[in-house]
Amino acid sequence: MAKPYASFSSKVIPLPAENVDTDQIVPARFLKVTDKEGLADALFRDWRYEADGGLKEPTFVLDKPGMAGRQILLAGDNFGCGSSREHAPWALVAWGIRAVITSSCADIFRGNSLKNGLLPIIVDAETQRQLFELVAREPDVELTVDLESQVVHLPGDEDLPFDVDPFSKLMLLKGTDELGYLLDKAPEIEAWERRHPARIDTRLDAGT
Amino acid sequence: MDRRIHRVGQNAPNMDAAPRHPRTLVDKIWDDHVVLDGKGAPSVLAIDLHLVHEVTSPQAFTGLRRRGLKVAHPERTVATADHSVPTTPRNLPILDAMAAAQVDQLTTNCTEFGIPLHGLGSPSQGIVHVIGPQLGLTQPGMTIVCGDSHTSTHGAFGALAFGIGTSEVEMVLATQCLLQRRPRSYEVRVDGRLAPGVSAKDVILNLLSRIGVGGGTGHVFEYRGSAIEALSMEQRMTICNMSIEGGARAGLIAPDDTTFEYLAGRAHAPKGREWDSAVERWRALPSDPDAAFDRTISIDASALEPMITYGTNPGMGLPISAAVPDPAATEDGPGRRALESALAYMDLQPGQPILGQKVDVVFIGSCTNGRISDLRLAAAALKGRKIADGLRLMVVPGSDEVKREAEREGLHEIFRAAGADWREAGCSMCIAMNGDQLTPGQYAVSTSNRNFEGRQGKGGRTFLASPLTAAASAVAGVVADPRRLPGIEALAAVGGR
Ligand code: SF4
Repeated sequence: MAKPYASFSSKVIPLPAENVDTDQIVPARFLKVTDKEGLADALFRDWRYEADGGLKEPTFVLDKPGMAGRQILLAGDNFGCGSSREHAPWALVAWGIRAVITSSCADIFRGNSLKNGLLPIIVDAETQRQLFELVAREPDVELTVDLESQVVHLPGDEDLPFDVDPFSKLMLLKGTDELGYLLDKAPEIEAWERRHPARIDTRLDAGT
Repeated sequence: MDRRIHRVGQNAPNMDAAPRHPRTLVDKIWDDHVVLDGKGAPSVLAIDLHLVHEVTSPQAFTGLRRRGLKVAHPERTVATADHSVPTTPRNLPILDAMAAAQVDQLTTNCTEFGIPLHGLGSPSQGIVHVIGPQLGLTQPGMTIVCGDSHTSTHGAFGALAFGIGTSEVEMVLATQCLLQRRPRSYEVRVDGRLAPGVSAKDVILNLLSRIGVGGGTGHVFEYRGSAIEALSMEQRMTICNMSIEGGARAGLIAPDDTTFEYLAGRAHAPKGREWDSAVERWRALPSDPDAAFDRTISIDASALEPMITYGTNPGMGLPISAAVPDPAATEDGPGRRALESALAYMDLQPGQPILGQKVDVVFIGSCTNGRISDLRLAAAALKGRKIADGLRLMVVPGSDEVKREAEREGLHEIFRAAGADWREAGCSMCIAMNGDQLTPGQYAVSTSNRNFEGRQGKGGRTFLASPLTAAASAVAGVVADPRRLPGIEALAAVGGR
């Protein structure tokens, strides 16, 4: 259960690669955990570290000076494609990321992120290009993410509005989760189930 | 074949709502499962079948315990251990302590919550997307979910099947429902006849090379057309399996007589009078003739060559006789940079033919191509031959039952005589969680579904291809064209089902 998603300001981590898949975000060998903690070290593991545990040369963006503590990831198109592992947003959040700005992200990743207090902000390709330019020009530029009013404030008076699904927005702002919402619908679910008999019985002795 | 279509399904809601607009297969399944229309918010969708495996479920069970919840319908839930299990003989212990703990945790969770488990050592253990269909659990018209993106595989039966994250696994365990929005539809028409040596894997790799790995985002593919209808169930599963590689959460194929023949008599399939009424219900599922799709693409099956990937995502594929693309010839921008970095990772030269590229390892298996017909094809291609010197060929059946069947047919003898390593069932080198993996720099031809950097082992380089291409390459020691295998016409007819 996430905390209410309050507005925040942060410098930006630029990651222009396209089609970053969740195998890169968290390599499979880190999926053997049975809890959600401690995934910050697994984040982008093979892009950050050599096999001996030393940092790669050149250093991956997350480990460059001044990047620690940044909460906004500016990413290339189709971020989070591939495997459905929720370990990807868990690791991003564990590292400290709270928003990913990109031109599109994969469906499952988007859903997983919204359930973990990680906000995907989808902008058009031109805006994305301009943001990358801005961050290249001013690496320490600060953006403010305001979910309530659905804008990213840029320096000066510029505002970048973004769309967010109203339901997810509500959940994020309240810090409630979808399971709580679903559990509240128990009477309707039970009524539906009475009208619709089960289509399957998975019990081992049900098969012949 | 009887392809009559009843325009109104028997369970269709609002039968008296006049007149109904033509619906797609997905529309029909969706309408049949909407518990609550979200009206702006996501809808509450009922889930018929929930498949669970060891990797994406532990945190969901922990969540249930924390809230003091039970599993709403353990009898609509089924579990197996597949991702991190070793493929060494089953009497050996799991050496990796974390993997062992995860498998144990699954057993504990299933016991505590009353969930049927086809665990390690059970004759029905296997990759979750192989055992669902095999047990007859996967049926037309169902909604099926699993904490695994290749759940799209089950769409081959005309089910709406998609991968979910661990939070959603917890929701389905607790309520047997999910919050979902109606997906958009994407028609993938494949007409014509596949040439000998060209298979389902080549069809899907071709689609992905056209639309890219994000092309289907927000959509559900419906594969249709004469080439799809001609495919066996297992080939259909290969295609639906990789829908997620195009960004679509699900991909499905209308059920027909091929589907019903495959299902009939399976352990959990309906029996007797129930079977008859189920078939009648299923025959009403195919998309109405004039149903509209949000998007459409057409593929000419007869023009397809065997396909292979050269890059670091499944959309980076080419016909096997083609050359590796040149970044300099593509438009400047992120696409060119992605291509450059893919070629650098793969250590391939722009313009080099992919045929003849050296191969160190060949992997035949996975939920894409680890079924009995895949193994039959590979064995037919390997029969009486030897794999190249220094090459390693791993053949990993998709399930314990596939393994037994292959051994009944003597396929394992063919593999072993060729020099292959014949293993126990599991995901194995598809995801390289269990110790079956490439070493840095190695090249593999793999029948699995992902060629992401490091997917098959840190620093490993993957070429995705069909079982026939994999077998031909294992013999040659380099990427080889299966159409040059002697007697390919007869070979390609092996397989069945
Ligand atoms: S075989 Fe590979 S893709 Fe399929 S379920 Fe296992 S790990 Fe996932």
